[in-house]
Amino acid sequence: MFEQLFKDIGIVWAKYGTVYLTGILNTLLLATGATLIGCVIGFICGILQTIPIAPGDFWLKRFLLRALRAVIRVYVEVFRGTPMILQAVFIYYGMPYFFGIAFRDIWTVSMLVVSVNTGAYMAESVRGGIMSIDPGQFEGAKAIGMNHFQTMLYIILPQTLRNILPQIGNNYIINVKDTSVMFIIGFQDFFAVHKMVSGATFKYFPSALLEMGGYLFLTLLASFLLRTLERKMKGQSNYELVNTDQLVLTAGNYKFSGQAPYEETNRDYRREEP
Amino acid sequence: MSETILEIRHLSKTFGSHAVLKDVDFTVRKGDVTSIIGASGSGKSTLLRCVNLLETLTTGDILFHGESVISGKVNQSAYRARVGMVFQSFNLFSNLTVLQNCVIGQRKVNRVPQKEARDRALYYLNKVGMLPYINARPSQISGGQKQRAAIARALAMEPEVLLFDEPTSALDPEMVGEVLDVIKSLAAERMTMLVVTHEMAFARDVSSQVVYMADGVIVEEGPPSQVLSDPQDLRTREFLRRFLGQNAENL
Ligand SMILES: Nc1ncnc2c1ncn2[C@@H]1O[C@H](COP(=O)(O)OP(=O)(O)O)[C@@H](O)[C@H]1O
Ligand SMILES: [Mg+2]
Repeated sequence: MFEQLFKDIGIVWAKYGTVYLTGILNTLLLATGATLIGCVIGFICGILQTIPIAPGDFWLKRFLLRALRAVIRVYVEVFRGTPMILQAVFIYYGMPYFFGIAFRDIWTVSMLVVSVNTGAYMAESVRGGIMSIDPGQFEGAKAIGMNHFQTMLYIILPQTLRNILPQIGNNYIINVKDTSVMFIIGFQDFFAVHKMVSGATFKYFPSALLEMGGYLFLTLLASFLLRTLERKMKGQSNYELVNTDQLVLTAGNYKFSGQAPYEETNRDYRREEP
Repeated sequence: MSETILEIRHLSKTFGSHAVLKDVDFTVRKGDVTSIIGASGSGKSTLLRCVNLLETLTTGDILFHGESVISGKVNQSAYRARVGMVFQSFNLFSNLTVLQNCVIGQRKVNRVPQKEARDRALYYLNKVGMLPYINARPSQISGGQKQRAAIARALAMEPEVLLFDEPTSALDPEMVGEVLDVIKSLAAERMTMLVVTHEMAFARDVSSQVVYMADGVIVEEGPPSQVLSDPQDLRTREFLRRFLGQNAENL
């Protein structure tokens, strides 16, 4: 019954198999790269947006921090609020008007557009993730003398990352599919192969079937990898009680001097006099 | 008289129009163990949080070794590292193990080399009896163990003053003792401490001075023999009478 279908798929694959595979590879690279860069953008926005503004701060610092928050806000709204396909057109064809240079490298532009777009979504996920963390974690870090960046880097963002991993996975899967709009500037992704092949062979359905299978394979693989990562990050569910004899020995290596270390070390709490 | 470490001067704190601390003045000397008692809502936590600069002061000043910590001359993060804090709700870092909790501050804030930081962390974890649990995450240990780990984390920074905000209030009754024992052992070593507590027996036995607060002011302060056994102010008497009425076995 499906004889004709199998035959057509065979024909298409025989002639264009490597083209399909190159398309899949391009899609995978673009989606993976852009999701990673997007996460970095998102986390940086998260750190910058949450720098505390104290009423006692110098006015210029307050002003700059407010301006920074506004810029991030605008970035998020613009890139979340417009179609990625248009953003691609804007950046690709707009460059010559604004900067007098043209990005002729499709890879660079595509990576830029998808990353910046993903970053806008991630910035919001990260912000939400940071807000959902127990304020006690910030206070614990502050109380041992960590500054904002240390608190974020070592305490808050690792916890945030764990919490928003499902959203990162969502973005990744969306990127696998939505990078297909980059055909508008000529990016040769997996879906672009379909248009090319079906245009040349008129075998629309067999090609579409290959495409469906290919995309599903990519997204299922992504889901699987993310779940594995999630399990890894949750850490072990149990821990080993430690044989303390050995450790007491180690702990004994450290001799408390019996006086506050404040005087004996040079961890000076004073600011350098200007 | 021993060296003065902290001087709280005319400290006031308002949240909106709510004056929570009103012109609070007091001094912490090296080796002092000060218990702060008072009804819920009297401003005890806010006072400790102001001392550690977790809250911004509305007016007034805090002097650390005679130097204002809010004047801009003192790096506030570095100051916080010299003044440890133990919270009612522990606030251990949930992404790190017990050992890492005690190492991270030393490494990142005090820039102590890895080996030294680990040895020092183990020394203090041993002191609070938490050595067997160094590889556990905070979610995997009991409340009493969490609080002992949190004390070790604060101690590993080797602060000059340690602030405790109701360190046993979130604990099941059978775990209160193990945490109080740790604090008592620190007092025996003359660690300078400021302890907000409802444990009157602890305040009586361990502290060198007791501060009674009500409605954001210090009503009475002095040695425990005076404030707890022979209070001069009517409000202190009333508080102790009501408090001990319910918890007579505590004293
Ligand atoms: N962040 C805050 N915003 C507004 N009011 C607060 C805040 N923190 C504390 N308060 C108020 O300050 C008063 C004193 O609180 P607190 O210092 O926690 O008292 P205590 O520790 O003695 O029970 C309470 O009435 C409380 O409602
Ligand atoms: Mg309180």
